[in-house]
Amino acid sequence: MSGAREEDAVTDGTGTTGDARPLVEVRGLTKSFGDLHVLRGIDLTVARGSVTVLIGPSGSGKTTLLRCLNSLEVPESGAVRVDDVEVDMAARPSPALLRRLRATSGMVFQSHQLFPHRTALQNVTEGPLYAQRRPRAQVEAEATALLAKVGLADKAGAYPHELSGGQQQRVGIARALALRPRLLLFDEPTSALDPETVGEVLTVMRDLAAEGWTMVVVTHEIRFAQQVADHVMFLDGGVVVEEGRPGDVLVEPREERTRRFLQRILDPL
Amino acid sequence: MTSDTWDLVLSSIGPLLSGAVRGTIPLTLISFAVGLVLALLVALARLSRRRVVSGLARAYVSVIRGTPLLVQLFIIFYALPSLGIVIDPFPSAVVAFSLNVGGYAAEIIRAAILSVPKGQWEAAATIGLDHTLTLRRVVLPQAVRVAVPPLSNTFISLVKDTSLASTIMVTELLRKAQEIAAPTYEFMTLYSLAAVIYWLICLVLSSAQARLERRLDRFVAR
Ligand SMILES: Nc1ncnc2c1ncn2[C@@H]1O[C@H](COP(=O)(O)OP(=O)(O)OP(=O)(O)O)[C@@H](O)[C@H]1O
Ligand SMILES: [Mg+2]
Repeated sequence: MSGAREEDAVTDGTGTTGDARPLVEVRGLTKSFGDLHVLRGIDLTVARGSVTVLIGPSGSGKTTLLRCLNSLEVPESGAVRVDDVEVDMAARPSPALLRRLRATSGMVFQSHQLFPHRTALQNVTEGPLYAQRRPRAQVEAEATALLAKVGLADKAGAYPHELSGGQQQRVGIARALALRPRLLLFDEPTSALDPETVGEVLTVMRDLAAEGWTMVVVTHEIRFAQQVADHVMFLDGGVVVEEGRPGDVLVEPREERTRRFLQRILDPL
Repeated sequence: MTSDTWDLVLSSIGPLLSGAVRGTIPLTLISFAVGLVLALLVALARLSRRRVVSGLARAYVSVIRGTPLLVQLFIIFYALPSLGIVIDPFPSAVVAFSLNVGGYAAEIIRAAILSVPKGQWEAAATIGLDHTLTLRRVVLPQAVRVAVPPLSNTFISLVKDTSLASTIMVTELLRKAQEIAAPTYEFMTLYSLAAVIYWLICLVLSSAQARLERRLDRFVAR
């Protein structure tokens, strides 16, 4: 299945190149905040067009890992490669190189972080227009199409506070897509939402996966992981405790820690 | 009111309004505009990671807020000439008031910038905006909403503070009132009239402030 996806990815126009290597390779990533060692040597490989789901208890470093991929945090050591951008974190990477790394991915935050003073359409066009300096007519046409794609064609002129949580999060996804990234990062995109709006966001994400987007998703939506993920990683204490296919990790975990975590998620009482 | 007083009121209104229009109002507008630009620079300097830059900005704010405006005015107009720097009354007043607004408004702008959540800076970074664009397109527009009410207060205070310029011979509203009152001893009439004109200017500004705040609130849930 993931093989077929890789074929798609090369031809679907999501910015992937002809490179045969996996899209993302992370080796020995470490990150601390003061004395707190949050990531203790993370290895991560993401195939082109595949979906990787990260799960793990609170504080295990999931958000920090995503932020390192987007250069919102700079790790102390380790190597990160996304497509053709390679960064040796121990070698004090230049701001320019970190900016290039950041430009490879689009980020969707748990608390959407839309710009409250801009309409949905303006939120989506902001990056392409002002950071990427692409022509306005092209950017607006593309942004309008992206809003339609996430089911918000009629909300282009609405301000974020006029939208529901699920709608806000979908604008956030369109904003990330508008950057034409090669990789999409999602940090618990549904955990701040009302239960009845979770589905509309997950549906959009499932469609993106089917289109061949390469995605790394932090989520505790286990059913989504089972249906959409190609690869699941369980993090605890800053290390990858267990990883593999969703059918294995989520259904028959090898590690006791994974089993206990899943039990807590699926049956909180 | 006697008819003499009434005549005085009628004949003074013209010169007083001219003092307001040619002195008080331009002095306020120019000083506030210059002061705001200065304040933005000082606020950004205060937020700078470079110790020297933020230290200088902090010292500036501290001096401006820790000394009387009248003393600042006197230093510029009466003391600087002893160093060979002679500035005319009106520009002296502009310099003093601009520096003063710069100090007070810097703290307002700094607090407003800090009130914008860190997540907004991060969201701007992830879509590729650099520091300057993030400030201009994401942070400052949101900070403006927070800064407008206190900045309006600074503006309205400035209208009244410009009356201090009368002490360095700037022909503004209060100075005009003094000039007319001195030979006639009609202090009550003239100063009351001046007070009413100051008050009317501030009323107009307050209603403009309310309108501006409503406009800026349009993208915020209430
Ligand atoms: N900027 C920071 N400064 C200091 N400590 C931080 C910072 N960011 C994260 N941490 C700490 O690092 C640890 C890992 O945080 P992280 O947000 O990556 O965990 P997480 O797996 O995403 O957890 P959650 O499920 O609660 O979102 C936590 O203990 C957190 O308090
Ligand atoms: Mg997290």
